[in-house]
Amino acid sequence: MVNYIWVGMMVTGFIVAIFSGNVDKVNAAVFKSAQEAVTISLGMISILVFWLGLMKIAEKGGLLEFLALLFRPLVKWLFPDVPEGHPALGYILSNMVANLFGLGNAATPMGIKAMEQLKLLNGGKNEASRSMITLLAINTSSITLIPTTIIAIRMNYGSQNPTDIVGTTLMATAVSTVFALSIDRFFYYKSIRKGKK
Amino acid sequence: MSFVNSFSIWFIPFLIGFILLYGTYKKVPTYEAFVEGGKEGFSLAVSMIPYLVGMLVSISVFRASGALELLLDFGKPLFDWMHVPGEVVPLGLMRTISGSGALGMTSDLIAAHGPDSFIGRLASTIQGSTDTTFYVLTVYFGAVGIRKMGYALKVGLLADLVGFIASIVVVTLVFS
Repeated sequence: MVNYIWVGMMVTGFIVAIFSGNVDKVNAAVFKSAQEAVTISLGMISILVFWLGLMKIAEKGGLLEFLALLFRPLVKWLFPDVPEGHPALGYILSNMVANLFGLGNAATPMGIKAMEQLKLLNGGKNEASRSMITLLAINTSSITLIPTTIIAIRMNYGSQNPTDIVGTTLMATAVSTVFALSIDRFFYYKSIRKGKK
Repeated sequence: MSFVNSFSIWFIPFLIGFILLYGTYKKVPTYEAFVEGGKEGFSLAVSMIPYLVGMLVSISVFRASGALELLLDFGKPLFDWMHVPGEVVPLGLMRTISGSGALGMTSDLIAAHGPDSFIGRLASTIQGSTDTTFYVLTVYFGAVGIRKMGYALKVGLLADLVGFIASIVVVTLVFS
C-alpha cells in the first residue's frame, strides 16, 4: 500500500504540474525536500545520542524494568506478543510517558529504541511485527496531556483563554487512540485469518 | 497558564536529574553508560536518511504541484454536504502528511479567524489531537530498517480520519 501511495503522490504531482504550469516549482521542491530530509535526520543525531545515553543509565539502574512492572497489566494487554521482562517494554512505556507529557524530542528516541528491541524480538526481519504496528498506532494518535506548542501559538495571537482547548484536544485524542488500538486489533485478526486459509 | 508553562520547563531538568541520581544510587557507572547508550544514536539517525528523503520528496512534489489543492477543490461538495467547515479540511489533510505544514496552517487559521473563534479552536484541537502519520511511520520504521509495513499505514490513516471527525464533533458540542 505504501508503494502505491508513494508513487501515486509523485506521479499525480508531475501530471498536475504539467497542466498547471508549476513544473519549475516541482523541480525545486524535489531537491529542496531531499535536502530537508537529510537535515532533519542529521539534526536528530543530537537528541538521539542524548536521550539514548540517558536511557541507558535508566535501563542499567533497573528504572525501566520498574516502570514496566508498574504498568504490567496495561502493557500485557497492549503488547501480548512481548515476553514479560523484555527490555522493549521499558522503552515502550518511556515512549508513552514522554508523549503524555509532550516531550516530543525524548519520545522519538525512546520509540525508536523500542522498535529496535521489537525488531530483535521478531528475528531481525525487515517486516513490521504486530507489536511494532501497535506502538506506531499509539504514536500516530499521540496521547498528549498538554499540547504546549499550540497553547503557545494561541497566546501569541492574544487568546483570552489559551488553554481552553486542552479539554477538547484530550477528548479528540482519546477517541482517536481508542479507535487506533481497536482497528489495529481488527487488522491483526484479519491478517491471521488470511494467513490460515 | 503560568503553571502549565513552568511545568513543561521544569519537567526536563527534573527528569534528567532524577535519572542521574537514581543511577548513582544504584551504583551504575553513569558516565560510561551514557556514552555507551549514546553511541547508537548516530547510526540510527543515519539509517533514517533514505526513508525520509523518499517520503518527503514525494509529499513535497504533491504539494508544490498544486495537486493537494486540486484534490480539496474536488472534494469540496462532499465536505459541504457533510457539514465539515471548509476552512479546516486542508488542515486535516496536511496534518497527516506534514507536521511543519500543518503547524503553519494552524497559525494562519488562528491569525485569520482569531484564537477564540470556532475555527480557531477547531484548528487548535485538530493540530493537538493527532501526530503526523507519515512522519512517525517513516522515522520509526526507517531508523530500524523496516521496509514491509504491513497494515501500519492503514491503521494510522484511519486513526487520523477518526481524530479529525472527533475534533469537529467535540468542539461543536463544547463551544457552540
